[in-house]
Amino acid sequence: MNRSLRTQVGQLARRSVLRTLRQPAQIVPSMVFPLFLLAVNSSGLEDATNLPGFPTDSYITFALAVPFMQGALFSVLNSGTDLARDIETGFLNRLALTPLRGAALLSGLLAGSIVLGLVQAVAYLTVGLAAGAELAAGAGGALVIIALSVTITVAFGTLGLFAALRLGSGEAVQGLFPVFFVFLFLSSMALPLDLLTTDWFHAIAAANPVSYLLEAFRSLLIEGWELGPLLLGFGIALAILAIGMAAASGALKTRLVRT
Amino acid sequence: MSTNSPAGFRAVALAVAWRSVHNFLTNPAFLAPALLFPLFFFVSFAGGLSAIGEVPGFDFPSGYTAFQFVFVLLQSAAFGGVFTGFAMARDFETGFGRRYMLAASRRSGIVAGYALAAVFRSIVTWVILTAVALIAGMEVGGSGGEIFALYALALIVNVAATMWAAGVALRVRSIQGGPLMQFPVFLILFLAPVYVPLDLLSGWIHAVASINPVTALLEAGRGLISGDPVLVGAAFAIGLALSALFALWAKGGLRSAEAAG
Repeated sequence: MNRSLRTQVGQLARRSVLRTLRQPAQIVPSMVFPLFLLAVNSSGLEDATNLPGFPTDSYITFALAVPFMQGALFSVLNSGTDLARDIETGFLNRLALTPLRGAALLSGLLAGSIVLGLVQAVAYLTVGLAAGAELAAGAGGALVIIALSVTITVAFGTLGLFAALRLGSGEAVQGLFPVFFVFLFLSSMALPLDLLTTDWFHAIAAANPVSYLLEAFRSLLIEGWELGPLLLGFGIALAILAIGMAAASGALKTRLVRT
Repeated sequence: MSTNSPAGFRAVALAVAWRSVHNFLTNPAFLAPALLFPLFFFVSFAGGLSAIGEVPGFDFPSGYTAFQFVFVLLQSAAFGGVFTGFAMARDFETGFGRRYMLAASRRSGIVAGYALAAVFRSIVTWVILTAVALIAGMEVGGSGGEIFALYALALIVNVAATMWAAGVALRVRSIQGGPLMQFPVFLILFLAPVYVPLDLLSGWIHAVASINPVTALLEAGRGLISGDPVLVGAAFAIGLALSALFALWAKGGLRSAEAAG
């Protein structure tokens, strides 16, 4: 990366991080909502551990993977809404008049997602462990969980950028939230894939990449160090990141041509 | 005809309801979440958690799909009211609500109109939800009268939630009040026996669910759908009491909006 590009990315990253930190309305729901659901679900579904084949006798350990995914979904909204606001207020048009590169713009905008992902991951893990969840992979596993969580949050953040660039409206980005939520609902969120007894639901969950992202977290929480689920989880997250960046870059070019 | 007559009230209520229903049906941004969210919950809970029906001690006669259907029905009833509160807040934020206040001969008709619209949007959701549940193989053990009572219970929940959201919307008069309308409803619904019956809950969630009024509504609804009614009188009494309480809350909100000019 040359000096000019570094400066561009740095300036936009600083703006993105400050903007995220200055909006409690972005941070608080993405922390409180997943933790509330963790508390309710881990208590309400504790009996699921009595099912033959359930991988652990602690439902909170199993359920702790879910807040990381919910946090990543909030990243779609946050990154997308911020960029949409830049489009609506004309800030992006002003940037288009500068020699700023598209790659710098997108990378800089994702800095807020990185910080949010980091804060979320540490909070979820701390609260989960304090509430009695186990971490079979130990302290090293905690670091990998945080790294995976940040990677997924940034990957989902690129989808938010793509949506904002295509739709150009914060309200429209907000309206996409249920669409992204479907992926979480139709996954192995509440029970392991093997225990999804409804055939059609099992087929959808097995084809849903979110199930394997959840499995990667659970492998560290429940089993310890297992390379297969981890590689699959990181691989899927990086693939989403690559696809999201490519889609957002294409949409950015189209939007700048329009302006 | 006097402007304060019941006919005046009815005219205001119907006009407000018509506009709200029209907005709901013609704007996909309003229609889609109202229809999709209950279906997501139903599919996720009934499909993804069906193995919970095999947990030792779970003996709901109509099966797990019907068990979850009742929760999603009552949840969609409550959120139908909350989403209508969003519409009300948006109208006041954009100034349309003030025009309503100037034009209406009886302002309580405005709240009644939004409540009618909430009932309509909930009925649309229930028709689709019920169809999907039956296609998914839901077993219904209750008689026609019991199923009618189940939907009547959902209707009362819808009215109570609408009155709650209207009270907030009329005080805040901005869509920024949305979380304030939504979060308490979400909280009280999920602190009830959502996934398993009350007897199978343990720890803090059992203690909270035991005193949560929504628990009685859920247990009554589940009893009605399985043809084994329990707590029906208590559930209707709780629903009506909440509706009356929140109607007073909405009335206070109307006074607040009037005072704000």
